[in-house]
Amino acid sequence: MHDESKREPLVHSVSSLGQITEEVSKPLNERPNKVWYIYFGISLALLLFGAISLYFTLFEGIGTWGNNKSVGWAFAITNFVFWVGIGHAGTFISAILLLFRQKWRNSINRSAETMTIFAVICAAIFPVIHLGRPWLAAWFLPYPNSRNLWVNFNSPLLWDVFAISTYFTVSLVFWYIGMVPDFATLRDQTKNKIKKKIYSLISINWNGSAQSWSRHEIVSLVLAGLAAPLVLSVHSIVSTDFATSVIPGWHTTIFPPYFVAGAIFSGFAMVLTLMIIIRKVFNFDKYITLYHFEQMTKVIILTGSLVGLAYSTEFFVAWYSGNGFELFAFVNRATGPFWWAYWIMVTCNVVSPQLFWFKKIRTSIPAILILSILINVGMWFERFVIVVTSLHRDFLPSSWTDFSATWVDAGLFIGSFGLFFTLFLLFIRVGPYVSIAEVKDLAAKKLMRRSEDHG
Amino acid sequence: MAKKVKIGFYNDEGVLLSALKVLRHKDIKIHNVFTPYPVHGLDDIIGLKKSRLPIVAFIVGALGAFGAMGFQIWSLALDWTINIGGKPGLAIPSFVPITFEIMVLSGSLSMVAVFFLRNRLFPKLKVDNIIDPRATNDHYVVSIDPECCSDFNSNELENILKETGAIEIQDKEVIE
Repeated sequence: MHDESKREPLVHSVSSLGQITEEVSKPLNERPNKVWYIYFGISLALLLFGAISLYFTLFEGIGTWGNNKSVGWAFAITNFVFWVGIGHAGTFISAILLLFRQKWRNSINRSAETMTIFAVICAAIFPVIHLGRPWLAAWFLPYPNSRNLWVNFNSPLLWDVFAISTYFTVSLVFWYIGMVPDFATLRDQTKNKIKKKIYSLISINWNGSAQSWSRHEIVSLVLAGLAAPLVLSVHSIVSTDFATSVIPGWHTTIFPPYFVAGAIFSGFAMVLTLMIIIRKVFNFDKYITLYHFEQMTKVIILTGSLVGLAYSTEFFVAWYSGNGFELFAFVNRATGPFWWAYWIMVTCNVVSPQLFWFKKIRTSIPAILILSILINVGMWFERFVIVVTSLHRDFLPSSWTDFSATWVDAGLFIGSFGLFFTLFLLFIRVGPYVSIAEVKDLAAKKLMRRSEDHG
Repeated sequence: MAKKVKIGFYNDEGVLLSALKVLRHKDIKIHNVFTPYPVHGLDDIIGLKKSRLPIVAFIVGALGAFGAMGFQIWSLALDWTINIGGKPGLAIPSFVPITFEIMVLSGSLSMVAVFFLRNRLFPKLKVDNIIDPRATNDHYVVSIDPECCSDFNSNELENILKETGAIEIQDKEVIE
C-alpha cells in the first residue's frame, strides 16, 4: 500500500475529478505544439530511411546486409532481441506492479503499455524480414499443407513465433480493455461530432456501471496474472534461441533469467527516456513526477546488478568449466576484434546503473535521461556482443571472419526507432496516454480525505 | 425495454459509500451505480456477487493447454515424425513452451470475450445506455427503481437521496 503520510503524494494539485479529464484530453483537442512537430519530423525522417532500407532488403535480398557465412545472425537478431526486451518494462509495469498493488504505476501505466505494443511491432519485423522470403512467413503456422509436413515444435525459433504472437495479442487486449473506460469518458466529454462517433465505436457501449467495473477489475487482475508469467516466458524463450545451440558463448543455462533481467533493465531505461520526453512535450509534471522516476531507477539498480552478476557468472563459469572453447569465446569477447563493443556493454550496463545509488543522481532529470540512454546503448551492444562475437570465431579457424554492417543494416535499425517514435507520437495525439480512470482512483482518495478534514 | 428510474448524483466517494449504506439499511433496492472509476468496497455494499469470469479463463485455458500438448504429440510423434539429428519425435519437454503460450492465449482471449458479452460491450455508433455524461467524468450516479420499494413514494425517495448528500436528482428512462 502507498502510505502518503510516509511517502510522497502520487498526484499533485488536483482539485476535482473533472480537472483530470480536462487535462488529459486537452492535448487531444488542440493542435500539437512546436516540440511535437520537431520530434515527429525527425521520427518520420528516420522511418523513411528504414523504409528505403526495407525496400532494398526485399528487392535485393538479405545479401545487402553485412551477414556472411560464419556470422549468419547479426543486426536483425540483435534488433529483435533488443526491441522485445524494451517491451518487457511495459508489461512489468502494467501487470506485475498491478499484482503487487503498487499504486504509483497508475499514471505511467498507459504510456508504458503503449510502448510495449509498439516495441513488439518493431521487434516482429526483424525475424520476418530475416527469413529472406518474408511472404512465406505463414509456413511457420502448423496447418495441413501440400508439403505434408508439420512444423518443428522442438525448435526454439518456432517457440518464438508462438511466444511473440501470444505476447503481442495479450498485451494488445490488456491495453485496449484498460482504455475502454477512458474512451467512454472522452466520448461523453467531446463536442466534436466525428470524434464522438469514433469514441462511441471504440468505447463499445461502456457506461461505468458497478457491475461492469466489478468485472473489469477481475478481468484486469486475471489478465495481469496471466501476463506476468507470460512476459517471463517470452524472453526466456528468446534466450533459448541461443542457449539450445552448441555455440560456445551461447550454450549456457544461465541465459533465461539473465535475458529476463536484461529485458526489464533495458525496458525501464526506455520508459524513462520516453517519459522524460513526453513530460517535456506536454508539461505533464503533475502526473509523471520525480517520484515515478526515482522508483523506476530503483528497479534499474536491481535489474542492472542482476545483469552485472550474470556477466561475471558467465565469465567465471567459462574458466571454471575447463572447456577451452568456452573460455576462448569469452576471452575473445573482451580482448578480440570486438573488444570495444564488449567494454561499451560493460561500462553502460554494469557501471552506469550503479550511479543511481546516489540520491542526487536519482532525482536529477538530466542525469536520468543521460543514464537511461546509455543503458539503452549498452543493452543493444549486449545483444550484439552475444550474437556476433560468438559467431565470428567458430570451431574452424578457416571460417573465422569479421563482421561489418552495411548501410542497409544501419538503416533498418534506425528505421525501427523511426517507426517506434512515429507510432508513439501519433498515439499521444489521439489516445488517452495517461489512464484517466486509474488516476481518478488515486485523486478521489485524496479529495475525499480533504472533504472529511473540512467537515 | 425502457425502465423508469430515479437517479441521484454524488460528487464525493466517501459521501457515496455512506449514502449507499443508508439506502441499503432502509431496504431500498439499488438498481445500479455508475462511477468514473472502480470504487472499492462498492460491490459489497450493493451486494454484487463476485464475478465468475476467472472460471472461464481457467476452463478454456486448461482446454487450450491440453489441446496444444495433444496436437504437438499427435503431429510430431504419431502423424509424421520429422527426423532432426536423430532426436525423438515424442519430446514432451520441448512441447512445454508452446503449450504454455497457447494456454495463456486461449485463457485470456476467452475470458475477455465473455466479459464483452456479459457486459454487452459491442461497438455502436450511437451509444444508448449511458445514464449521464457526468457519470464517466466526475460524478457518481445512483439509480433506484421507484416501483421496487413500496414503503416509500417518489417524493420520499427523493428526500432520502437528498439527505444522504445527493446534489441533484432526476427521473430517467434507462434501457434494461
